[in-house]
Amino acid sequence: MAANQGTASPPIQQNIIEHPTSTGLDSRKLAMWCFLASDCMFFGSLITAYLVSHNRAAVPPYPQGFFDIPFTSVSAFVLLMSSVAMVLALSGIQKGNMRRFRIWIVSTGLLGLIFLGGQIYEFTEFHHEGLGLDTNLFGSSFYTLTGFHGAHVTVGVIWLFSLFFASFRAPLVTKEKALNVEIAGLYWHFVDIVWIIIFAVVYLIQAG
Amino acid sequence: MATQVTTAGQVVSTEQFAYPKGIWSWLTTVDHKRIGVLYLFTSLTFFLIGGIEALLIRLQLASPNNSFVSADTYNQLFTMHGTTMIFLAVMPLSAAFFNLLVPLMIGARDVAFPRLNAFSYWVFLFGAILINLGWLHGSAPDAGWFAYANLTSSQYSAGQGVDYWVVGVQVLGLSSLASAFNFLVTIINMRAPGMTMMRMPVFIWMTLIVAVLIVMAFPALTVGVTLLMFDRWFDTLFFVPEANGQPLLWQHLFWVFGHPEVYILILPAMGIVSEVLPTFSKKPLFGYTAVVFAGVGIAALGFSVWAHHMFTVGMGPVPNSVFSIATMLIALPTGIKIFNWIGTMWGGDLKFSTPMLMSIGFVSMFIIGGLSGVMHASPPVDSQQQDSYFVVAHFHYVLFGGSIFGLFAGIYYWWPKFFGRLLNEGLGKAQFWLMLIGFNATFFPMHWLGVIGMPRRIYTYEEGLNWDFWNLFTTIGAFVIALAITVFLINAISSFRKEKGAPDDPWDGATLEWATSSPPAPYNFEKVPVVNSNIPLWVEKYPEVYGHEPDFRDMAAPPAEEQETVEHGIEDHHHDDHIHMPNASYWPLVVALGLLLGFAGFIFTFVLTFIGAAVLFVGVYGWALEPAFGEPDHIY
Repeated sequence: MAANQGTASPPIQQNIIEHPTSTGLDSRKLAMWCFLASDCMFFGSLITAYLVSHNRAAVPPYPQGFFDIPFTSVSAFVLLMSSVAMVLALSGIQKGNMRRFRIWIVSTGLLGLIFLGGQIYEFTEFHHEGLGLDTNLFGSSFYTLTGFHGAHVTVGVIWLFSLFFASFRAPLVTKEKALNVEIAGLYWHFVDIVWIIIFAVVYLIQAG
Repeated sequence: MATQVTTAGQVVSTEQFAYPKGIWSWLTTVDHKRIGVLYLFTSLTFFLIGGIEALLIRLQLASPNNSFVSADTYNQLFTMHGTTMIFLAVMPLSAAFFNLLVPLMIGARDVAFPRLNAFSYWVFLFGAILINLGWLHGSAPDAGWFAYANLTSSQYSAGQGVDYWVVGVQVLGLSSLASAFNFLVTIINMRAPGMTMMRMPVFIWMTLIVAVLIVMAFPALTVGVTLLMFDRWFDTLFFVPEANGQPLLWQHLFWVFGHPEVYILILPAMGIVSEVLPTFSKKPLFGYTAVVFAGVGIAALGFSVWAHHMFTVGMGPVPNSVFSIATMLIALPTGIKIFNWIGTMWGGDLKFSTPMLMSIGFVSMFIIGGLSGVMHASPPVDSQQQDSYFVVAHFHYVLFGGSIFGLFAGIYYWWPKFFGRLLNEGLGKAQFWLMLIGFNATFFPMHWLGVIGMPRRIYTYEEGLNWDFWNLFTTIGAFVIALAITVFLINAISSFRKEKGAPDDPWDGATLEWATSSPPAPYNFEKVPVVNSNIPLWVEKYPEVYGHEPDFRDMAAPPAEEQETVEHGIEDHHHDDHIHMPNASYWPLVVALGLLLGFAGFIFTFVLTFIGAAVLFVGVYGWALEPAFGEPDHIY
């Protein structure tokens, strides 16, 4: 990093009272990346706890053959598609096309809600099949891991709908403040990526 | 100075930036210096509480078959002593220095997220209160600071003691994480023009490394404690052996956090010492680059050594060897630092003021603690020392002999900067010598006690084991430390009875904070400085020694009548003339309160959790919708 004394800093956007940063990256975006690094360790620890616990169930049901892979594949697909919608919402706001932004941000949120609905359905089904949080180690570790992921999705959905409603109050979500959407997008994509890992580790590898 | 002259020549009133007064201004402050002061006094308070707990422990152990406290109370005392000193004294004391110094040292007006900073403090305070509530309830946490499963399961810890620990540690973890995100971003993104990474003061480097460690290590603790919470409240089976659960999983998760935590505790003190030694040796730090990369090396290796806390649990020879080698490797970067500190003093023009004495105390005591650390890096040796007083001696040499001496060096060094008053040198030296003698009298005999077989965490012992004399000796030593701390308190309190009048730069420092007034104005620097060196003030003050480059101030001809250290004269390239300071805000307090209620609900009643969640929800929206800076935040 050379002395940025002489180099031109990015022009200060009108009326946005932020000092230019040393890296040129917005501080909030950097903070979100730091948070995601931390969240990697969070999910890393949870996934590890699942991996070392799920096969130690003392009583049935056991994980082998327990999952409904086609069903969860569909909900995983839904969540992945929500990332596409998120990208389109961001591109909408960056181009100042509020209508496109609103359509796609709501779509993202709704796809997230469908995923959550699928998870609630799945949890209920598993519960009927006799798998509770306190049944065995498989139940404890499965619900804890996927439950925390679901909690992340829930926070994301609330965030997305907040952005949608905020876009009707001009100063809050605008083309100039597309960064607010971009940061939510970082979080949303991260939560999706974590699901790809969980889906692979918990569902697919188990099925194989 | 009520008015200052800007480069443009107009006279601006600094009155509008005077510190507001009153309790409300402290509850809503987002000023990093005020938050730092809050951290400082809160952590010193808990340092005293933790110290009193230690004295009670020592009174109980002063003689064999003593019944000064019951076994049960003793368990609570050592658990809370460890927890308090680590989470409520040393970590927040380091955080106090991060808050006070980071923006000043990098030439910024505040941290990147001032409200998040206030939030970190309030969450810390509430977590500290939560964890100590058990005392009022008559059942403080009693399962040791590392709360080994399954001692902490509902079966073996049916009382509420462990609940307070679980909930309190969870809340404190959130505070540490929030503050780590903030300082990481601040250091990466808010540096003054010209302050490249390799021109940052070493203290800033260590802060950056600690922030990375917190960001990467605390989630493991969060997960571990979450699993424990679930085991206790929702009957999950993670640590229940009867259901094939694995208590060992707790140890792994805890120490994956716990060992980096050790460096989280020591690196800030290393940073402080790396600032103090050069100042009082009148020499720049010897091997700046090596010290920085040694710090990075310690942090990186710190993630690959956690299982050396678990050599005796039966992991087998291969993991034991791997973790043993990794642990011994840590001696390399640590040794590099020690040689660099000695090299800094070598041939220097040494001045033995209190901060310098404390720093030398740090280096020498830390060497002893480091050496005993290398000893039990070896699994066979460790199996002899595990759970004995030898280990207690070791970690007190690094945490007290290291961190506490280093932090006191920092307190004496920067006290005049933030309170405008110097601490008394005579009392400071008295404190240093009492503390050095008391510290060694307390902890050195513990090596011996451990080697002759005294285990940790026993509330009493039989006569005739040859432990009597050294235990009594140790207890006397502990009271000498207490005397030293009393001397410090007298010094601190009497400093506030003096008139403000400390010079801006009492020690002839090299870093940017000494270019501000004592105490600094709310906005720190009237003009953001431009930096060309990692010792910017020395380059300016001693151009004949440190080169002839115009330094961090571009020297736009300061008016002759102004004193030397006046805050202006910098070419103002892209900053406009206005100083934008963040608004005071009560939302951080509201959100922190929501967290407190939410977590307290786990102990008391879940109704509280729902109320807390509602407060949290309202708080987050209030925070998000409130403009952070002084002017209305409108675009159109």
